[in-house]
Amino acid sequence: MSAEIAIGRKGRAAGRHGAFGDAAFKTLTLAFAVLVLVVLAGVIASLVLGAAPALEHFGFNFLITEAWNPVTEKFGALAPVYGTLVTSAIAMLIGIPVAFGIALFITELCPNWLKRPLSIMIELLAAIPSIIYGIWGLFVLAPFVQEHIEPALIDTLGAVPGIGLLFQGPPLGIGVLTAGFILAIMVLPFISAVMRDVFETVPAVLGESTYALGATTSEVVWRVVLPYARIGVFGGILLGLGRALGETMAVTFVIGNAHHIHASLLQPGTTISAALANEFTEAVGDLYLSSLIALGLILFVITFIVLALAKLLLIRLEKQAGS
Amino acid sequence: MIPLYARRRLTNRIIIGLSIAATGFGLLWLVMVLGTLLINGASAIGPALFAQMTPPPGSSGGLLNAIAGSVVMTGIATLIGTPTGILAGTFLAEYARGSQFGELVRFINDILLSAPSIIIGLFVYEAMVVRMGHFSAWAGAVALAIIMVPVIVRTTEDMLRLVPSALREAAAALGAPKWKVVVMVTYRAALQGMVTGVLLAIARISGETAPLLFTALNNQFWSTDLNRPMANLPVVIFQFAMSPYADWQVLAWGGALLITVSILVLNITARILAAWSSFKS
Repeated sequence: MSAEIAIGRKGRAAGRHGAFGDAAFKTLTLAFAVLVLVVLAGVIASLVLGAAPALEHFGFNFLITEAWNPVTEKFGALAPVYGTLVTSAIAMLIGIPVAFGIALFITELCPNWLKRPLSIMIELLAAIPSIIYGIWGLFVLAPFVQEHIEPALIDTLGAVPGIGLLFQGPPLGIGVLTAGFILAIMVLPFISAVMRDVFETVPAVLGESTYALGATTSEVVWRVVLPYARIGVFGGILLGLGRALGETMAVTFVIGNAHHIHASLLQPGTTISAALANEFTEAVGDLYLSSLIALGLILFVITFIVLALAKLLLIRLEKQAGS
Repeated sequence: MIPLYARRRLTNRIIIGLSIAATGFGLLWLVMVLGTLLINGASAIGPALFAQMTPPPGSSGGLLNAIAGSVVMTGIATLIGTPTGILAGTFLAEYARGSQFGELVRFINDILLSAPSIIIGLFVYEAMVVRMGHFSAWAGAVALAIIMVPVIVRTTEDMLRLVPSALREAAAALGAPKWKVVVMVTYRAALQGMVTGVLLAIARISGETAPLLFTALNNQFWSTDLNRPMANLPVVIFQFAMSPYADWQVLAWGGALLITVSILVLNITARILAAWSSFKS
């Protein structure tokens, strides 16, 4: 009895000693966790403060004006916002089906020994920084697009009424279309990696029992895997879209940096991030600088919404897989 | 019956064919990018690249100041980012399981993980460059650290969660206070995974260009002053590749090859480490 009490006391004493260390360590880690929130708050605050002069000066018109003239100090975000959305749309149009094919091949078709090397190669593609894609796009892809792809597009689709408008003008190589191509290559590994992970959460029993009923591989994928994994697939697509919207260097090299909106995809354009990368350090005058920061704020708001949506969908998928 | 079966088989073949083609298409880019990089970069690699400063247009030179600047800023960013990320990740894994605050931090962290890096550049420009009145290597390092932290938070949390609770319980049963359990037991068990995370984070920032444009800017000359603009590989590549001068373009390819090789080496090392630790357990 007394021995027990003694141990109890000693234990409590040790506990008290440890309690201080525990509280200190917990507070320390908490402080750094809070720092993550502080960074986000800082990003929002600095963008809003920096953008305020431009937004006050131009008001809502900032969003719907195409003009971008540093000399007369007239600025509008329409051209870069349009460029950002169109290049990302091209990237998604090419990227989603290809990424789906890759994920399908890795999870359902390829022999086991090939799975890991393939996954690693796709992940290395994701690790290559965007400036490398940029320099490659400028010196290799743009000339190739100019000589082979754009003339072909002008001759075929350019003659079709309606969509023909998208493929008018001289083949420059540098322009919205090439930027979209580069973005597609860049988002491929992100989307296919998420899709692969999502496909792997589908219980094997489901696929196997469908095979046992006589279904072909494509039917299993179409009718079982995809319906089961659709939330995650959508989340992966949004994650890729978030990347494409904010991608800077690769686009800056090949888009041509023109603050104009052309119907034709072959003409030069600009995106929010490309405008920032090109003009920010050379911007003279407070209104010019503030307008650029306002562009940054718009980009942040768009990507935040897209990424938050992606994250919520993927969290829902995790809960579904967990239950 | 047979036409239906034949049609189903045909659809299946087409889908499988498309899927294989997509994989080939994806890998084709990897091969093409690395191929052109090797061909164009190899001619620039030589002793001069590592021994001479960035030249004015039209004369020969190397990338010494840019390489040094990149190493310095990446180093400082790693020194700031690693402890920050590991401690925040520890909080999420050890103290915030199931708590709403933990969920919030995790959510925000994941958004920062994918947020455009150019936005981080703008933030540091507003927070540091404007206040200090000039571009500086410090600002560049801080911007890189901010990009690193979410990567490290994520991997640290994941790795700590993989440590079996039995280890923690055994240490706690011996009377160790929780902080000792975390530092002396959990960290040790998860060490390789955490190192992997830091390596991947370094790989992530070594090619980052956009956040450095507004913070460290660039410097044509050798500089070790952290309060002044500092040359760095990505921005030099950007400037040189966009220029009309052939000498500069060759140097840009050389720098691009250098960055890519170091990133691939970091990635592969991280992978080997991860494979080794999972093999051991």
